[in-house]
Amino acid sequence: MHDMSTHAVPHGAPTSFIRKHVFSIDHKVIGKQYYALALVAALVGMFLSWLMRIHLGWGSFAIPGLHLLSKNGAPGDVMTPEYYLQLMTMHGTIMVFFVLTTAPFAAFGNFFLPIQTGAEDMPFPHFNMMSFWVTFTAFLPIVASFFVSDGPTLGGWTQYAPLSAIGSAGGPGEGWGVILWATSICLFCIGQLLGSLNFITTTLDMRCKGMSLMRLPLTAWAWFITSVMGLTAFAVLMPACILLILDHVAGTSFFVASNLVINDQMLAHSGGSTLLWQHLFWFFGHPEVYIAIVPGMGIVSHILITNMRRPMLSHRVLIYSMGALAALSYMVYGHHMFVSGMNPVSSLAFSFPTLVITIPSTIVVLIWLGSLYGSKLRINSASLFSLGFISMFISGGVSGFFLAQPSIDIMLHATYFVVGHFHLVMGVAAMFGIFAGTYFWFPKMTGRMMNETLGKVHFVMSFIGAYCIFMPFHYLGIAGNVRRYQAFTDDYLIPLIPVHKFITIAALFTGLAQLIFLYNLIHSRFWGKMAPNDNPWEGTSLEWSTATPPPHNNFGDKMPVVYHDPYQYSVEGASADYVMQTSPEQLKNANEEK
Amino acid sequence: MATTIHKPPTIDRERLPSQGSGNGGWRNLAPASGDLRRVKDSSPPPASTGIWVGLAAITMSFAAFTSAMIVRQGTAPLVHITLPPVLYLNTLLIIASSVTLELSRRQIAAFMGGVHDRDHSAIPSRWLYVTLFLGLLFVAGQTFAWIQLKSQGFGLATNISYSFFYVLTVAHALHVFGGLGGLIRVIGKVHHSVLRRSTLDATSRYWHFMGALWVYLLLLLWIKL
Repeated sequence: MHDMSTHAVPHGAPTSFIRKHVFSIDHKVIGKQYYALALVAALVGMFLSWLMRIHLGWGSFAIPGLHLLSKNGAPGDVMTPEYYLQLMTMHGTIMVFFVLTTAPFAAFGNFFLPIQTGAEDMPFPHFNMMSFWVTFTAFLPIVASFFVSDGPTLGGWTQYAPLSAIGSAGGPGEGWGVILWATSICLFCIGQLLGSLNFITTTLDMRCKGMSLMRLPLTAWAWFITSVMGLTAFAVLMPACILLILDHVAGTSFFVASNLVINDQMLAHSGGSTLLWQHLFWFFGHPEVYIAIVPGMGIVSHILITNMRRPMLSHRVLIYSMGALAALSYMVYGHHMFVSGMNPVSSLAFSFPTLVITIPSTIVVLIWLGSLYGSKLRINSASLFSLGFISMFISGGVSGFFLAQPSIDIMLHATYFVVGHFHLVMGVAAMFGIFAGTYFWFPKMTGRMMNETLGKVHFVMSFIGAYCIFMPFHYLGIAGNVRRYQAFTDDYLIPLIPVHKFITIAALFTGLAQLIFLYNLIHSRFWGKMAPNDNPWEGTSLEWSTATPPPHNNFGDKMPVVYHDPYQYSVEGASADYVMQTSPEQLKNANEEK
Repeated sequence: MATTIHKPPTIDRERLPSQGSGNGGWRNLAPASGDLRRVKDSSPPPASTGIWVGLAAITMSFAAFTSAMIVRQGTAPLVHITLPPVLYLNTLLIIASSVTLELSRRQIAAFMGGVHDRDHSAIPSRWLYVTLFLGLLFVAGQTFAWIQLKSQGFGLATNISYSFFYVLTVAHALHVFGGLGGLIRVIGKVHHSVLRRSTLDATSRYWHFMGALWVYLLLLLWIKL
């Protein structure tokens, strides 16, 4: 009989070390692998920022051993101007792609999205495994670029053409450095596309019985929205990187215009467009900002609700606002190009949606603040970092109002004001989201608790340190301090050097706090106090219904059935302070939005 | 509103995650509050949603290539080039392959539906082979076009128009290879009696999309270059 509907059994638990811990198709292992990759990348990125900050504060200071990293880039252990730019590029690339995208979206999303939706696994587990290993492979060319003859690329994480497309004529690292960079990002895009495919189908098709879309926790919604952005944004960056590689290796001229003269030599390229790269890059680049921050929004909402013991003012409006942010993020990318020579009418067209996007952002913030107002928040490391996230998001977001207007942006565009803006709103806020998620979900991921005292010290030092670093950036920008300069020799910049020294000290101080976190993470993983039970924070969503750590198929012998909206806290007439989503208890006054 | 209580179901060991382990699927929405009995027992296989998601990503990539052409054209007019005539024949081949695949899909669907379930000798894979053959011919035809242009001295770096021509046609051909791989997989599954309807449907959707994408690309190249 030609049986067309043969069923196999679900993939069983792996037994070998390789299948269990290395080439695993279990979403939870893949999530942990992503987290480990992000952790390594964050340490590298932070180390690079220390090197840069020391150089900016004390330009002639010899950093012991720096020549070992690059003989040409740091002769006598003092970095050259070009090497400063190369380190800056690597810092930006590693942090944006391999930390801010990887940790809150790929790491936590992989571990918790299937559990929160009530699924046994992602629908395409082999694609999921490929997603991680392709992303890991993408990290290798970035690391390798430190060791090629003239070092990594110096063009910034945005890799503006024509500099990025003209080869070694553009300076150290603009040959092989750019090829390795573009290869890395191309691979990264493939990894994230495979991941997004799984995230979207998990959310749409794998939900357990009773789990309607509106019963998904805010984290699941945030990952879903992010995966839709990832699918569309990375699918555009990848072709752009392919064209960039072709400009290097095949002699094409997609991004190089005719008659370009570098060092008195006319380049062979002809017929390309210098603005083309910026259009393609920023069509990805602006949604990327939201790819980094929206998962954090979901994570801190989820954590705050659990610690406030009441739902947000509006579950639906929060979801719609995150969706609106995602949709609008594609319409605003031109605000990165106000000074690139675009038609001024285009600037106006991009300025308007940029101002409009502040509306959903403001709604999200007001919901957070309104919900927090009057609540008896449980203070712990996770809730503190969640509050820190909101603080950073507001502080960084407010400067966005200024930059959204072309007339002001023209003056501030290439200054430290922009650096301060995006570091607060995208970098530090997203990092705080990662920390909050780590402290909150650590017991579920490992079965052990993190040290709360160290966690609170970590928060206080990070919070103060981050403001000491990035608030002065705004002042520097308003004072006209141009970004990407490796030394400040102009008359108007020399008085600003003490500010840079202060920032460097703050950066070293804040970095120290991250080492406390690293110690806490590793120590708690192996020797931390055991989690008291499966639900130490008294949460209601599905990850707290299952064992700690969750079994291979997430829920053991019985699939969950969901009866309630995700955040049933302090429900009048309920038998307890909280009612799990899986609890069949009937609630007369459930927290449900009609 | 209070919800109706039902006993939690046990895991269906006969169902793979890839076949939809959950029951709250896209077309099977449970009410936010109310009676769970309105929910059917199985959700659609994620392969069906997954293929649309994959096609959306491919669409975005080719939209990026298209917008690159348009932005580049805004800088200066593109150089006119003459497309190799074999491309028109290739177009007919890929359209024909879509037709044969659809014939095959319907035949197999009918077979799976039980209409021909007693006719064991009629393994309905003939049109699948024809589709595979036409697909291979298409790729061969595209390769012929590239060789022909190259022999005339028109390479990838000759000018920006040829650069776009090669990038778009090669990118499409690489995706067609993915479709050919899918067809070979389906044929293999037919012969090993493990073909699922969702796999066949997903493969045929992908293949039809490749055909439509090629027609779009040909029109784009014809109009712009």
